[in-house]
Amino acid sequence: MIKKPSISSIMLALVPFVGMCFSVPLWDRVTPRVLGLPFNMFWLLVWLALTPVLMSILYRIEKRR
Amino acid sequence: MSPGTLALSIIFGIVAVGSCIGFLAANRGQVNLEEWAVAGRGLGLILVWILLAGETFTTFSVLGVSGWIYSKGGPTLYVLVYLALGQMLVFFTGPAIWELGRKFGLQTIGDFFARRYGGRLLAATVALAGVVFLIVYLQLQLTGLGIIVEVASFERIGRTPAMVVSTAVVACFVLSSGVRGVVWVSVLKDFLLVAVAVIVGVGLPYIHFGGIGPMFTALIKAKPGYLTMPGGTANLTHSWFISTILVNSLFISWPHFFGSIFTAKDGDTVRRNSVIMPLYLMPLALIIFAGCAAILISPGLANGDLALLTAVRTTFPPWLLGVIGGAGALTAMVPAAIQILTASTLIAKNVYRPFVAPDMSDERIAGVARVAVGVITVIALYLSLNSSTTLVGLLILAYSGIAQFTPGIVLGLYSERVTRNGILSGLIAGLAVAGYLTFTHRDPFLGLNAGFIGLMANIVVLAAVSSLTVREPNGFDA
Repeated sequence: MIKKPSISSIMLALVPFVGMCFSVPLWDRVTPRVLGLPFNMFWLLVWLALTPVLMSILYRIEKRR
Repeated sequence: MSPGTLALSIIFGIVAVGSCIGFLAANRGQVNLEEWAVAGRGLGLILVWILLAGETFTTFSVLGVSGWIYSKGGPTLYVLVYLALGQMLVFFTGPAIWELGRKFGLQTIGDFFARRYGGRLLAATVALAGVVFLIVYLQLQLTGLGIIVEVASFERIGRTPAMVVSTAVVACFVLSSGVRGVVWVSVLKDFLLVAVAVIVGVGLPYIHFGGIGPMFTALIKAKPGYLTMPGGTANLTHSWFISTILVNSLFISWPHFFGSIFTAKDGDTVRRNSVIMPLYLMPLALIIFAGCAAILISPGLANGDLALLTAVRTTFPPWLLGVIGGAGALTAMVPAAIQILTASTLIAKNVYRPFVAPDMSDERIAGVARVAVGVITVIALYLSLNSSTTLVGLLILAYSGIAQFTPGIVLGLYSERVTRNGILSGLIAGLAVAGYLTFTHRDPFLGLNAGFIGLMANIVVLAAVSSLTVREPNGFDA
């Protein structure tokens, strides 16, 4: 039997799903413009940069188990 | 030299260099199925990254994404999200899939189902459905390639000869070098493609509007509401966005992606790959910027897939168009190669051998796979020469289909209670629902992606049938 991921890892893995997917009605607008970008594009680019950071934390947690 | 000839020579040069790399990459010492299909399970972090990036960043990413933002606006943002979120599933299941692959000698997604659940009908169903969807994806690559070469050569090469010649080249290097050839062509392709993304994503807005910010200001003024959902569409709403992302983020079930997991040298390599992969999506954002610029630079095109190249052609000198055309051609050829290779291995190992020749050796199966390369290439080429659907439309259908494999993979790893007939009936129910909704033009249905509704049906049926059938041994326990 394959070892299942821990509950805390799964919770952490769900964070980008909330940030980029489920919360879409909250950030899908053009204003305020940030760095010249429409807000929705700026928001997603920030999350694209954050996701690898979150995943490397996840990597450390899973490696210790 | 006329602009057409110059662009044409550069396209030809890049494709020729790429093809030579493909032929030279073969590991001449070993020509067995293990080497051909999974590179002897020996690729390190960088090469696996390049392979997975190579199959993720396709002609769809260039022409389809810019075409969608051109004709549909805001809903296009889903592509940035699902490619990042799907890495979570790879992170958790990838290392386990790799370990099982080494332990049981798995090379394909069909092998995984055959080993876990036993029997041959389930694995063959997965393999055959997988081949159908791979051919759809392949058709998209070839159509995109035809468009790129035609426009970039100033119509000096027609779509049909471009597609026929490059597909033949792809089939040849797949035959001679297997997956290792694909990896090394992908090195050149990735380098060129990132350069092209920067040139078009930054260059088009700066040349025409003085910057990315002013470009968006002009676009928002000209087309208010276009950059949010539903943008230029009637029904691609937030619920569509969420359900499409959930379905598409199951891309681990793409047979060519699944098979690529086995090329890594260990499970940790697969996991570390998933951590860095979201960074590779930044160039995709640049392609979206370029598509936005094209809305204002080249308005009124009926086929959005042509938008980016048309804007590029009116803006940049012919030599640069040639570089973009060559990079675009390789961007089609790399995924096409891995898709042809995967589809042929599936046919040979998971359909032909179990039903026609159970006693056949791996060596002779490798021969069957090579024959299948020819057959699949011809079918995909025929379909792409005789089809008119836009690129993204085709791909959404295929993603809805392959998502139906995911319950069998994930529950196969973590659940002891699912049974072979449960998974098989769920799969058939999911494919039937998703296919019916798509073909009767009811996608999205009630605001939800057809593949998502198929997946709901899939899970309900598999749970019901599994609970009614007796517990079966888990093939991974042996």
